[in-house]
Amino acid sequence: MIPFLVYIAIFVAAFYVVSYIAQKTAKRDYTSLKTVTFGDESAVRSNRAASFISIVTLFVIWGAFTGSKMLPGFMHAPGPFFGDTSFTYTAEANGQRDDAEVHFRVHRPDETPEPIEIDPGEGFAKNDSELVVAWRSKLLRVDRNDEISKSDGATVVAINGEPIAPGGSVAVNGGIVTLSDKGTPSFEPDSGLQMEPIWLPSPEGVVLRTVEIASTGFQGSTLWEHLGFSLYRVLLGFLCGALVGIPLGYAMGLSDWFRGWFDPIVEFMRPVPPLALIPLVIIWAGIGETGKIILLFLAALWIMAISARSGVSGVKISKVHAAYSLGASKWQIMRHVIIPNSLPEIFTGARVAMGVCWGTVVAAELVAAEKGAGKMIVAASKFQNTDIVIMGIILIGIIGFGIDVLMRYAEKILVPWKGKG
Amino acid sequence: MSGLSIDNISMRFDLPDGGHVQALKDVSLDLQAGELLSVLGPSGCGKTTLLNIVAGFLAPTEGQIVLNGHQVTGPDAERGMVFQQGALFEWMSVRDNVGFGPSMKGMPSKEKAEIVDHLLDVVGLQDFKEKAVYELSGGMQQRVSLARCLANDPDVILMDEPLGALDALTREKMQSLVLKLWKETGKTIILITHSVEEALLLGERLLVMAPRPGRIHKEYRLPFADLGVGQDLREVKKHPDFAVKREEILGMIWDMEEEIMGRSEDAA
Repeated sequence: MIPFLVYIAIFVAAFYVVSYIAQKTAKRDYTSLKTVTFGDESAVRSNRAASFISIVTLFVIWGAFTGSKMLPGFMHAPGPFFGDTSFTYTAEANGQRDDAEVHFRVHRPDETPEPIEIDPGEGFAKNDSELVVAWRSKLLRVDRNDEISKSDGATVVAINGEPIAPGGSVAVNGGIVTLSDKGTPSFEPDSGLQMEPIWLPSPEGVVLRTVEIASTGFQGSTLWEHLGFSLYRVLLGFLCGALVGIPLGYAMGLSDWFRGWFDPIVEFMRPVPPLALIPLVIIWAGIGETGKIILLFLAALWIMAISARSGVSGVKISKVHAAYSLGASKWQIMRHVIIPNSLPEIFTGARVAMGVCWGTVVAAELVAAEKGAGKMIVAASKFQNTDIVIMGIILIGIIGFGIDVLMRYAEKILVPWKGKG
Repeated sequence: MSGLSIDNISMRFDLPDGGHVQALKDVSLDLQAGELLSVLGPSGCGKTTLLNIVAGFLAPTEGQIVLNGHQVTGPDAERGMVFQQGALFEWMSVRDNVGFGPSMKGMPSKEKAEIVDHLLDVVGLQDFKEKAVYELSGGMQQRVSLARCLANDPDVILMDEPLGALDALTREKMQSLVLKLWKETGKTIILITHSVEEALLLGERLLVMAPRPGRIHKEYRLPFADLGVGQDLREVKKHPDFAVKREEILGMIWDMEEEIMGRSEDAA
């Protein structure tokens, strides 16, 4: 909740700051002279500064709430309590009272320090020393070394002199002490506002882990093998889908028998999410490579068939008539008119299909796989390796985005006439 | 026998609702080689249907088209076509568009390049040879269309409102170009248009068609096309006969339109 409020505050503050600076350095271009901008889509241009601040803000908030070393200390959200603290408890037994001290040493999850050396002290209640991990609480049987224990009738009646009853709690230095229903005190150190690494590791933690996985690997395969396998499946599945789907789409666009025969199948299969086919594909083809390729083939097939079909149907009849009256044969019309005319649609379909395939392969690997990006993050999640999970999600996102950028680039180079007909 | 003969063409087809359409009825016409015919008429008079039948894209239910002594059964390179717009291949350069017909015939590239260069000179697009067609203006695109059609050296050129989408100034320049090409190449041309002025300026012969069923209403032989060769078309329009003929034909088409309106009001 607090990170979200901080985020909104930065959003608003950055808007006013950037607007103020922009006013000082205003350019007198055409758009700046428009008086109507609300509702004029062409007047809304992506604000580069906003994009930049947006990305920086995400990382700053991430760093601030995970205690990142990349940020100066004053930008951190209040962290959890670390170090030594103590409180006194008052035990009562047989009408007599005695005070004893409890020393806690709060440490990080990945440390195993020595407990504090203490002197047992006077009276029937003896001093205690314990370790506790930050963000955790510790139930302490304070009477375990006392001369009169709980089973002999001793009860804890006060913490730091403040009376306490079972179920109640008292704030102490560095944390809070709660008395359980059965009368045993439990110490919970202050957790602050920072996230525990097990929920959200710091950015540099993720980067370090990425470097580590990239060199030593995870679950028997290097990072590149995991990502490479996913990419290889996507490419192979997509190629198979395109090799079958495009001719099928052409046939559906050119022959009413093919159109009639395959329309019901294609139109039915198209809205079925490929993820829904995973169980069936596993039953039929197992969890190996074949199953994955079949699944991706099916994910790409219908999209490619439909885009090829609409690419053929979209050809202007005047172009076909013109080609015929220029003496072209059927084959020449196919080669020089129908195929080039359908390429823009096919490229659009290919972009969609690649996106769907990439999503499907990750999901299929989550379900069952030996290698792959999805397999990597699901295995990491089972070991609470949150840093690997986050790294995997970021890399999957980058690769998915990279595929789309490459496809758009290829489209620009290979079909420059898109949308110009 | 040289020339184009439209021999008693009728066309009638069924509608899905059980009715039928008589698109053309008993249309007959003979064109000598090298004649320029413009066809005018209210929408629905079947002029585009007639052109598509001559081109071979549609089969008439009665009658036949005979060109140079043989019957027309389908599209062929002997009958070139110029469309209104959007019939160029935007995946090809200007040069490849113009060279499309020769390429399909498998003409050697040197010979083809000569034809393309010559025609681009004629239509004034030599500097745009390597451009993509979508980079050209509408008027330039229609010049490419004309050149593409001529590159195939057809006997008959069929033009389906080729200048309809152009602005008035460009249109006037293109009309001069059409007349110039007609005189220089001696091709038989059938030109369909919505504009009475264009039909008068370009048509050596002018056909006014009437709707429901589509038929020939009246035919004219006009001097303006010959006058327009090598002369400013605005001068031609000042010819006293021009205004008279224009008013006469406009009135004719107005009457037909009103009749259509009246009939549909009766039906309602």
